[in-house]
Amino acid sequence: MSSSTDHGRPDPDATVALAPDGRSVSDRGDTVCVIGAGASGLAALKNLREHGFGVDCYERETGVGGAWNWRHDRSPVYASTHLISSRPFTQFPDFPMPDDWPDYPHHGQLLSYFERYADHFDLRSHIWFGTEVIRVEPVAGDRWDVTTRSTGGYGPERTSRYAAVVIANGHNWSPKLPAYEGLEQFRGEIMHASSYKDATQVRGKRVLVVGGGNTGCDIAVEAAQQASQCWHSTRRGYWYTPKYLLGRPADQVNDGLLAWRVPLAVRRWLHRLVLRLTVGDLTRFGLPRPDHKVYETHPIVNSQLVHYVGHGRIAPVPDVARFHGSAVELTDGQQIEPELVVFATGYLPRFEFLDPSLLGDDGAQGQPRLWLNAFAPGHPTLAVVGLVQSDSGLFPLSHWQAVLFARLLRQRVERPERAAAFAAQVTAGAGQRYAGRVVSSSRHVFEVGHTEYLRAVQRALDELEAA
Amino acid sequence: MSARTGRVRILRGREWARPVRPARRELVSALPELEEGRPPLLFVPGFGHGAWAFAEHWLGHTAGRGFPAYAVSLRGHGGSAPAPEATLRAYVHDVTQAAASLPRQAVLVGHGAGALVVAHALARYPARAAVLVAPVLGGWGTLGAALRHNPAGTVPAVFGGPLRLTRRQLFSPDLPDPQARQYVARLGRAGRRAQWQLLAHRAPEPAVGAPPVLVLGSPDDRVVPPAALTRAARRYGSAPLLFPGMGHDLMLDARWPEPIDAILDWLAKA
Ligand SMILES: Cc1cc2nc3c(=O)[nH]c(=O)nc-3n(C[C@H](O)[C@H](O)[C@H](O)COP(=O)(O)OP(=O)(O)OC[C@H]3O[C@@H](n4cnc5c(N)ncnc54)[C@H](O)[C@@H]3O)c2cc1C
Ligand SMILES: NC(=O)c1ccc[n+]([C@@H]2O[C@H](COP(=O)([O-])OP(=O)(O)OC[C@H]3O[C@@H](n4cnc5c(N)ncnc54)[C@H](OP(=O)(O)O)[C@@H]3O)[C@@H](O)[C@H]2O)c1
Repeated sequence: MSSSTDHGRPDPDATVALAPDGRSVSDRGDTVCVIGAGASGLAALKNLREHGFGVDCYERETGVGGAWNWRHDRSPVYASTHLISSRPFTQFPDFPMPDDWPDYPHHGQLLSYFERYADHFDLRSHIWFGTEVIRVEPVAGDRWDVTTRSTGGYGPERTSRYAAVVIANGHNWSPKLPAYEGLEQFRGEIMHASSYKDATQVRGKRVLVVGGGNTGCDIAVEAAQQASQCWHSTRRGYWYTPKYLLGRPADQVNDGLLAWRVPLAVRRWLHRLVLRLTVGDLTRFGLPRPDHKVYETHPIVNSQLVHYVGHGRIAPVPDVARFHGSAVELTDGQQIEPELVVFATGYLPRFEFLDPSLLGDDGAQGQPRLWLNAFAPGHPTLAVVGLVQSDSGLFPLSHWQAVLFARLLRQRVERPERAAAFAAQVTAGAGQRYAGRVVSSSRHVFEVGHTEYLRAVQRALDELEAA
Repeated sequence: MSARTGRVRILRGREWARPVRPARRELVSALPELEEGRPPLLFVPGFGHGAWAFAEHWLGHTAGRGFPAYAVSLRGHGGSAPAPEATLRAYVHDVTQAAASLPRQAVLVGHGAGALVVAHALARYPARAAVLVAPVLGGWGTLGAALRHNPAGTVPAVFGGPLRLTRRQLFSPDLPDPQARQYVARLGRAGRRAQWQLLAHRAPEPAVGAPPVLVLGSPDDRVVPPAALTRAARRYGSAPLLFPGMGHDLMLDARWPEPIDAILDWLAKA
């Protein structure tokens, strides 16, 4: 078994082939390669093994858990992070979180959950820690050459040939930083939320938080408690869903309605009604009126933002127009003078080891064209797991993507005609969306409604396995 | 029946919206002196029994053979929290929770109606293997057998009262009488709703991860007729392993080492 300090690549006795350019390639036969040992990579590893496949998983960090290990240099998680999706929607469907955990566990609990998952299913012995994938190239026979080296660029490069590849490198680590006029002249401190770790970074300062996603709202709430002053800039109004509605976690209430197939319009109306009866009209506090209907942006689940706006500890302000030497000019002409600006403007997916056109992302915009957000036309042995932004928990979706891919690989051997039908479906369905109407914003490209999405996966699985 | 034939069910909106409430769970264990990397076994007692039924002999014996051994008490049983309104779903929850809390992927061993709980849990937790001991998989046949052998103890259960099992149903005559009486006195009862669900419930969904399943029992069991044993085993594509002369409670009866040794031998080979 490899320990977390083991570096390198498995299996010395693999047969050696030659790449077209003469590099030596060790042939890993039917083994599948998984890139990343975050939640999605672990789910892929476990489910592929459960379906009988050998797996080599490469992880650039020295431990599992990806984003949820907040010590990882690319982790977007900060000290106070708690889940926004409640436990039943967040846990893997076949490995429940402990039932004495809170409805919305802390990030430290999530990390321990993934570590326990890895130990329980004996996954670590298949993971090559401290090893970064730097190139993934298709070769004849739908196989893949994967080139790795030690994280940080030390040591030699090694190339191995795999029967299939699962990309599970996460999409919440590469900051999306908007360009602003005058930003270079600004003398205050600026940071992207990805470098925000804990409240000491805002304590006693005048802070401007830009962005109204869950990150922006969390950081604004923290600044409300710790900073000397907090402005929260959003370019539109949002629906702030509290963590609890009608005495239960909000997502459980919503799924209760979904299970009864209550139509969207009625759910919207109910949602608005509950908000009106509790927090009331938010424009009263100076928050902009939402420019979209409920469920048309990725849900914000935060009970405290409105609370602190009501206490006057958060001043809602409009979008940033430009920066000056010591001031920030807002679109309503107002000028404010923050000492620190935190851009919580989200993340962009990045596949730096892969020709973007393989995923149908021809302009390299970070917007792959896949079916079920996972399968690339023309590449039946490639899958991306975890490239979804769910209106609910992500991990069950990653799990089922992994199961679907494992069964597809099995059918390629046992029932090739089924696998071929699947491939045709991938080509026909690439780019399909699994959410109702959403506001046009880069962050919504991967937005899926979990029910709609899982229903589509269920259909795919049923067709793949149909007698 | 295996994961490869049944239809996997992904959407469970109603379950997600109404998670099972946690209840204090008794989990007793016996661990080998030397950790040899063998899979842990989780024993699941049937209705009326608690973890104590396995703590008596099988846990220690299992650990003695190098396997970490655990037994859980379903809510309302043994040392777990009282739960008169428990449902089959809550019992399944208790088992998957206990299984996922173990350090490594577990073998689930269910006895009596505990085997039905295990059969359901297999759809929600990828067990390394499963063993169904004298399985009471429910349905009307179960009721028929119970009425035939123990009408007085069974009729009240049909009306929501406790199911009272007798010494003759549970043990062979080889077990000394005082011992048998002591065991019978320790029996509790399952929740009323769970008792009814034993008769009418949905068939278990396919097991995840296609675990190997072993069925064993006794042809002289007065709770599970031989035909039911054969049927249960056939469901999992095998024949039952039989221990003639033993009663329903194979883990407490006089010749308790035989079945557990057979289980551990099978595991060592599986
Ligand atoms: C603050 C915050 C809170 C969130 N809260 C929730 C929530 O409540 N519920 C929810 O469901 N989701 C939530 N999310 C979404 C979150 O992205 C996912 O929960 C999850 O972390 C994604 O898991 P993943 O495995 O897909 O990616 P990651 O966790 O990012 O894991 C990717 C792994 O791949 C490795 N890797 C990347 N590139 C390479 C390479 N080239 N070679 C080798 N290894 C590589 C990385 O080191 C990493 O370990 C939240 C996100 C953020 C930012
Ligand atoms: N569990 C938790 O507590 C938690 C915490 C944080 C994050 N998360 C999850 O992590 C993921 C990422 O969340 P995130 O909040 O970091 O990012 P995000 O959801 O992408 O939100 C980015 C925010 O910045 C705004 N924005 C983007 N570009 C902008 C620009 N050029 N100018 C002005 N505003 C701009 C967006 O506005 P638009 O509305 O116009 O797009 C949006 O409000 C999400 O899935 C989220 O649910 C969870």
